[in-house]
Amino acid sequence: MTPPASAPAPPGADVRRFGPAQRRVHRATAVLMGICVVTAACLYVPQLAVLVGRRDLVVRLHEWAGLALPVPVLLGLVSRAFRADLRLLDRFGPHDRVWLRAALRRDRRRSSRPAGKFNAGQKIYAAWIAGAALVMLGTGLMMWFTRLAPLVWRTGATFVHDWLALTVGVVLAGHIGMALGDPEARRGLRTGRVGREWAKREHPLWRP
Amino acid sequence: MHSEPPGDPGPPERPGPPEEPESPGPPEEPGRPVGRRVFLATLGLGALGVAAAPTLQRGLEDFLGAASGHDPTGLTGLLPNGGGFRYYSVTGSVPRRDATDYRLTVDGLVDRPTTYTLAGLRGMPQTRMVRDVQCVTGWRVPRTPFQGVRLSRLLDAAGVRPSAKAVRFTCFDGAYSESLTLAQARRPDVLVALRMRDADIGHDHGGPVRLYVAPMYFYKSAKWLSGITVTDAVRPGYWEERGYDVDAWVGRSNGRGDDPTG
Repeated sequence: MTPPASAPAPPGADVRRFGPAQRRVHRATAVLMGICVVTAACLYVPQLAVLVGRRDLVVRLHEWAGLALPVPVLLGLVSRAFRADLRLLDRFGPHDRVWLRAALRRDRRRSSRPAGKFNAGQKIYAAWIAGAALVMLGTGLMMWFTRLAPLVWRTGATFVHDWLALTVGVVLAGHIGMALGDPEARRGLRTGRVGREWAKREHPLWRP
Repeated sequence: MHSEPPGDPGPPERPGPPEEPESPGPPEEPGRPVGRRVFLATLGLGALGVAAAPTLQRGLEDFLGAASGHDPTGLTGLLPNGGGFRYYSVTGSVPRRDATDYRLTVDGLVDRPTTYTLAGLRGMPQTRMVRDVQCVTGWRVPRTPFQGVRLSRLLDAAGVRPSAKAVRFTCFDGAYSESLTLAQARRPDVLVALRMRDADIGHDHGGPVRLYVAPMYFYKSAKWLSGITVTDAVRPGYWEERGYDVDAWVGRSNGRGDDPTG
């Protein structure tokens, strides 16, 4: 559960959205994911590969960043606040279905986008990117340690790793694009606090 | 792609989720654990993808291979298995060599160690072959012409001694190496290639001279070839010390089942 708000702040004041645990987990995961994406691009995009070379070193960086990618989330599990947010991300209420329907219809009216602390899009994104990261990790390990799995699986792992990488890249670009379009949401992850007005507008069902 | 069907009402017989009992105050968001289903479905699809990859890959390769044939943007080349060559170098930068300073040495267990210039190699009988190129990481480029001097001709010219068993290749990037058994090296489809796609081999593709081992995965076709040393045993090359197979027959090594290119 979110910690109960003590006294209602005056309108226009800030409300607390994230504690240090969530912010650190997000920051560390973002850095590791960034390393994965940049090194992947250097391995994959011919022009970048020509520019960078050093294939062995880039591969090593990519492997270790990928291996470390789940670590911040796992460490975050010791935090109550982080676990509470995970629970919120997991649970879908009736309003989330309303939100998703509106998103599919491109209906941007505020009244058709009810959301708690996280909206349905954020919930789906979180669940999918977590699953995708683990699939990338699993297939990556199969390509890394060639004796880990039957040899035939490696082709399959390479195939899934390549195509899912492309998908993750597109989805991540969407994630970052949305963050760029919403400075207040970014402030929430940077400082932990957001404006009450913003919270009311974007997350009307959230009771911080 | 990984979305859950949003419409199903869910099993009514399930009691409330254990970690969120019916609490008196309205919990912010009770509801069903859709997040974890999306998460598990993504994992499941990933595993399914690995299992179904051979079928999916074949179809995609056919489709993308055809699409890349008339794609003016060249973007299909960036898609996995989208056709086209990819640049791999194991070093940060590779010096450039041209007709003035390129040299290829043939030494080791031979009677007549030799150094060739680019002009010298061009002056020898040339062999042209058109085969598919298959990389061990998955990409394949169909029907790529290579032209150059048969390796067996260079070996014969140098006079291989009876104790020789293998050939080692070194490159002027300063790091890469490869090797073949003597029997493999003498095959007629192994070239010291000077031309690729009917043009002189450019720097990025390993020019001016690269090895071309038609029946094997492309990592055997060492770029920027500068040395051929006849040895008494196979010495694993750069990637082979990092886990790749030494005998890299396409479709019969590295755990892959690609169509042969030989």
